[in-house]
Amino acid sequence: MYAYNFLILAAAMFAIGVFGVIARRNAVTVLMSIELILNSVNINLVAFALMNDTYDGHVFALFVIAIAAAEVGVGLAMVLMIYRNRRSIALDELSELRG
Amino acid sequence: MSVFAAEAVADPGWFLENAWLIPVIPAVAFFGIIFFGKRLPRGGSELGIVSMLASLVIAAGMTLQWISHVDATHGTPVIKQWTWWQSGGLHFQLGQHIDGLAVMALILVAFISTLVQIYSTEYVRGDRRYTHFFAALTLFSAGMLTMVLAPNMVQLILGWEIMGLCSFMLIGHWWEEQANSRAALKAFFTVRVGDMGLLVGTAMLFGIFGTFDIAGINELTAAGDFESKQILMWAAIALFIACIGKSGQFPLHTWLPDAMAGPTPVSSLLHSSTMVVAGVFLVARIYPVFHVGLEINLAGQEFNLIAVIGGITVLVAAALAFVQDDIKKVLAYSTVSQLGYMMMGLGVGAWTAAVFHIFTHAFFKCCLFLCAGSISHTAAHHSFDMKKDMGGIWRKMPVTFATWMISTAALMGIPFFSGFFSKDEIIDSAKHNDYTIFYFVGIIGAFMTAAYMTRATWLTFFGTPRGGAAHFMGVESHDDHGHAAHDAHGDDAHGHDDHGHDDHGDVKHGRPLPFAPSDSPWQLTAPLIILAALAIGSGYLNAPAVGTHWFHHQTESSIGLHEAAGHGEEAAHDEAADHGEETAAHGEEAAHGPEPAEIYTVPPAPEFKWSAAAPGLGLVALGIGLSAFLSKAVFEDRRAPFAGLTRRNKLLGAGHRFLVNKLYLDALYENVIVKAIAHPISKAAYWVNQNIIDGVVNGAGRTGKDVGTWVYRNIDQKLVDGAVNASGTVASETGHALQPVQSGKVNQYGALLFGAAAVGAIVLIITNV
Repeated sequence: MYAYNFLILAAAMFAIGVFGVIARRNAVTVLMSIELILNSVNINLVAFALMNDTYDGHVFALFVIAIAAAEVGVGLAMVLMIYRNRRSIALDELSELRG
Repeated sequence: MSVFAAEAVADPGWFLENAWLIPVIPAVAFFGIIFFGKRLPRGGSELGIVSMLASLVIAAGMTLQWISHVDATHGTPVIKQWTWWQSGGLHFQLGQHIDGLAVMALILVAFISTLVQIYSTEYVRGDRRYTHFFAALTLFSAGMLTMVLAPNMVQLILGWEIMGLCSFMLIGHWWEEQANSRAALKAFFTVRVGDMGLLVGTAMLFGIFGTFDIAGINELTAAGDFESKQILMWAAIALFIACIGKSGQFPLHTWLPDAMAGPTPVSSLLHSSTMVVAGVFLVARIYPVFHVGLEINLAGQEFNLIAVIGGITVLVAAALAFVQDDIKKVLAYSTVSQLGYMMMGLGVGAWTAAVFHIFTHAFFKCCLFLCAGSISHTAAHHSFDMKKDMGGIWRKMPVTFATWMISTAALMGIPFFSGFFSKDEIIDSAKHNDYTIFYFVGIIGAFMTAAYMTRATWLTFFGTPRGGAAHFMGVESHDDHGHAAHDAHGDDAHGHDDHGHDDHGDVKHGRPLPFAPSDSPWQLTAPLIILAALAIGSGYLNAPAVGTHWFHHQTESSIGLHEAAGHGEEAAHDEAADHGEETAAHGEEAAHGPEPAEIYTVPPAPEFKWSAAAPGLGLVALGIGLSAFLSKAVFEDRRAPFAGLTRRNKLLGAGHRFLVNKLYLDALYENVIVKAIAHPISKAAYWVNQNIIDGVVNGAGRTGKDVGTWVYRNIDQKLVDGAVNASGTVASETGHALQPVQSGKVNQYGALLFGAAAVGAIVLIITNV
């Protein structure tokens, strides 16, 4: 019952996050969308942990939060460097790796 | 008594126990000379001499220990064997078989090798292959010593073949002359013909007795422990063929005179005193095989293979010795003739006399060859031609002359020189053992020996000096053969020349040689003196004329057969008496038993009587007198009735030509046998080679080329390259097709990622529902 609602929420958040990653040009917005995806996963983990009455999910969620913090740190640092070099953080202009 | 005997056998003495060192030392020295000889101050000769001296010391110690065994151990062979290699449970062994015969041969070979090596240091001094010469001499000694102490037939063959190889190398020492290399090849191939017999005979002996051990073969034969006498006879014949080849017996003797192309020390060591007696030694070594197989001494037997071959060799070789101009060839034919005596002695059952003749002959014949070398080296400008370059030199070479005369006397069999005691006993035994024909062969041979040696002595030492000798003596040359012939011969005889060829002009004018020495250097004369002393002294080891049977006493256990009962002279010896009783007992059993032929014995040596020796001695004296008279008449005075007789009398001329052409045996071998057999075979082989083998090879080549071309065109170019190219194209096209995906835009990558994840999720859901 509970879990159902949590999962709906998580799925919605995940969809919003994916939309943000795919559709936004601003690199910071993309990073924030990634954060949404990660947190939707966290909600899932906690929800399933409650359902199954274990703590594994909680522990995993804590880990994911810690790693998400580090990931955002690295991501923002990269965005800063890109901005310094190009005076822009528009992702569709960053296509040097095109094959 | 038996305990004592066992103890004594267990410790026969250090030298007898370690006699195997005797051949090992020169064998090691051979490798030393080959690898380091050229860097040594004296070119490796010191290594050879030291090794031979070491062998001689051990051999001498061994001889002393052997003759000091007077009690129950007397005559007990010291046999030791170690496995060399094995094949299918069959052990091929190396080791030693020391008995009287081996002791005799070992001390003889070590002694003569030492002297000849000392002699060689002077004789081949300055030779371009000095080191190799000593290496080959040392290896030869190792091979010969290996053979004489062989405990089994395998080791015997090993030593036998090493000797053959060294003989080849040393005859061809000066191989730049084609004649020398041809002589070396001839010696090698002729002996190889006989060597086939050795392999076949050894295989047959193994088939009969199941062992290679000489002691085993001798015992089993003497005990009659074999199935068929017929097969044993064929084994003996096969082995005897090997002896014919090695010991220069008729009709394979032709290689030995040609072998004189080698340096004189080689002739004196290999081709007179040691190697060529290997065949005689083999017969003596496994005498029971021959004695039983050929039924020697069977009552009423007048001929047997060994005696007949030996007898023919005695006469043929002695006849050929008359027409030789080359002093070494006279001695070579004399060697062949004396080897014939030894074979004849073995053929008539006179084992001790024949073996003793090996012993005495080695000293005096070695001495004669070294004398010839000394004359040639010092007096005759390295020529060996008696008629052109010698004569009258006895005054200036007293040592060489004296030693030559002593050795010649021994060879002729003049009483109280060593040859008399051994040769006379062979002749005497032939008569005593009812081989009357061979008795006559023996005394006629003695007559001829005396005659041709007198002729050679006259030409060499007496008369007017000619050619090189005239130059040496400082008198006018009477060489009417002309300078050119002399020069050619001088070159032919020797590859090196200390004096240089420019002094041949002096020879023609007969100018005195102011620096001519009175005799050869000490390295040449010292061995001569030692050998001459032994040419007298060695005879007294077994001199029936003065009642000595010491040599017989020391070697009789090697015969392998007991002496027949009723042996008068030997009754004094305990062992002999024992043997006599034993044999008598056997005889009694045999008389009662069903097979009396199973007891094999050799007849005892005849008792010496001067009256029995008198006819032979008379003929020897006659030979000397007649030959001296004729030599003087023909070569010196050129008196009408004798000089040039062979040119005037047709019959004598034909005989002379027959002898000069060596009985046409060489012509027979080379023109008839080799041409008739070898030429068609070689032609057929050439045809097969050109048409069949080459055809096969060419066909294979052509087929290979065609296949290769086809493979190149179709498989390599089309299939393999096609696959490679196709994979490249596919990869390239795929890459181009997928290129747009790599847009470099993060959003697109993210879309792809999530799209793929969504597809994966949908698949997962569908499959799990």
